[in-house]
Amino acid sequence: MVAGDWVEIIIKLLALVFVLLTGFAYLTLFERRVLAAIQSRVGPDRVGPKGFLQPAADGLKLLFKEDIIPRDADRLLFMIAPIAVVITALMSVAVVPWGPDMTLFGREVSLALADINIGTLFFLGIGSLAVYGVVLAGWASNNKYALMGGIRASAQMLSYELAMGLAVVGVVMLAASMSLGDIVDAQAGGKWFILLQPLGFIIFIITMLAETKRAPFDLPEAEQELVAGFHTEYSGMKFAMFYMGEYISMIVISAVAATLYLGGWRGPFVDALPILGPIYLIIKIILILFFFVWVRATLPRVRYDRLMSIGWKILLPLSVLNVALTAIGIVAADTNFFGLLG
Amino acid sequence: MSALIFWLLSIVAIGAALVLIFGRNTVHGVLAMVVNFAVVAVFYLMLQAPFIAAVQVIVYAGAILVLFLFVVMLMGNDPGPLWEHLAVQRPAAILLVLLLIVALVPMMDVRNLTGVTATLIGPEFSDPASLARLLYSEYILPVEVTALLLLAATVGAVVLGRRGAYRTKREEVLDLDEVV
Repeated sequence: MVAGDWVEIIIKLLALVFVLLTGFAYLTLFERRVLAAIQSRVGPDRVGPKGFLQPAADGLKLLFKEDIIPRDADRLLFMIAPIAVVITALMSVAVVPWGPDMTLFGREVSLALADINIGTLFFLGIGSLAVYGVVLAGWASNNKYALMGGIRASAQMLSYELAMGLAVVGVVMLAASMSLGDIVDAQAGGKWFILLQPLGFIIFIITMLAETKRAPFDLPEAEQELVAGFHTEYSGMKFAMFYMGEYISMIVISAVAATLYLGGWRGPFVDALPILGPIYLIIKIILILFFFVWVRATLPRVRYDRLMSIGWKILLPLSVLNVALTAIGIVAADTNFFGLLG
Repeated sequence: MSALIFWLLSIVAIGAALVLIFGRNTVHGVLAMVVNFAVVAVFYLMLQAPFIAAVQVIVYAGAILVLFLFVVMLMGNDPGPLWEHLAVQRPAAILLVLLLIVALVPMMDVRNLTGVTATLIGPEFSDPASLARLLYSEYILPVEVTALLLLAATVGAVVLGRRGAYRTKREEVLDLDEVV
């Protein structure tokens, strides 16, 4: 690779990390304001105009908090766990395409960090590694509540990963590619996969909530039973890093959901004006994030045994059915089985 | 460049393997294994086989080792009696390994190895589509037999796990009502 390519990669890398970290900070504010509005409260509006400096104030507060490591904790793993959570959350955004190829400063620039031909597998693989941070935090804290939270998290994330993977298979079959760039291209002209894969989309949305440990699947940190679950013993910046990981993975998984089912960066006039691509994608991401918050404000937490039966007895069979139906649909369309298409 | 990466990562992989074998902390051991598997996945990437690398990460690092960790966490981390080995154990093990090597070396006829005509797989092997085509046409029988074996193992595990816990649907429902 020539030097220019390296510079391009580094710029894209920094831009992505900057967008995700800013997104994390303002997602906390967004969530608190939306929750407050749904619950007929005002929410944080004191710091700065309309509360816009609240994330900075929160960050400063956490920075100056005492950093406590319990005496009997496994010190090394206790420190590694929050780092693992943040890194796995950041990594999978690399395969998401943010817009069409653009010409910037005389260079043809692709708006994806790495549009590899196994993009969806990469996303699922990193997702499966995300369990470690939570499990290790629970174990290393040497606290029974934390351990329970960690064990719940590992069982939950393993169970829902399967259904999520199989839901994605439907999209991969339709696009005939695992690259997220190809999947977006296959949805050109408004043929969003949510129309062809309604069942797959619903399964993906449900498993998405479980994988990010969000309400109604927030059992790993169920306050009423487990104090704060796997991060009970954490304080200061390490505590903040768990939130950073959770919110960044929400943003990333929303980006992937938008890419897989909602046409990614595609929208009206995007071919004429490429800069609209990232804007469309960000609008779609914000809509999905609003859905996350809306669900949290609406639904009570699922009981643990029901969580397991939803995952294994309902979502998994349904996702297999979805794969079978998709296969039948593709073959029928190819051979014009029903004589519907001209 | 890639040779440098290879040697650096090799050191990481071997170091992780040594931690796994000689470390006393089982959880640290599982994590060392995760590191080792991740490095092997990078090796697959360097060999232009991204699909195998992804499978390595998803199946081994992401699924199997999480289950390992799960079991280790539930069983506790106390090495305890595992380390009170018998006095004769180590010399006996070394002797047996030496015997095995003496028995195996004559079988490893190096001249025959060079004569083997392995079919060279092209770079298209890394492509998930061509891999899937191979698996579901030429190798469909092994794939299905393996799937059947895994299914049998799963059913066996479920049966063992449920032993003595057979209840009718009605009993289960009644049980749940008590919880509520």
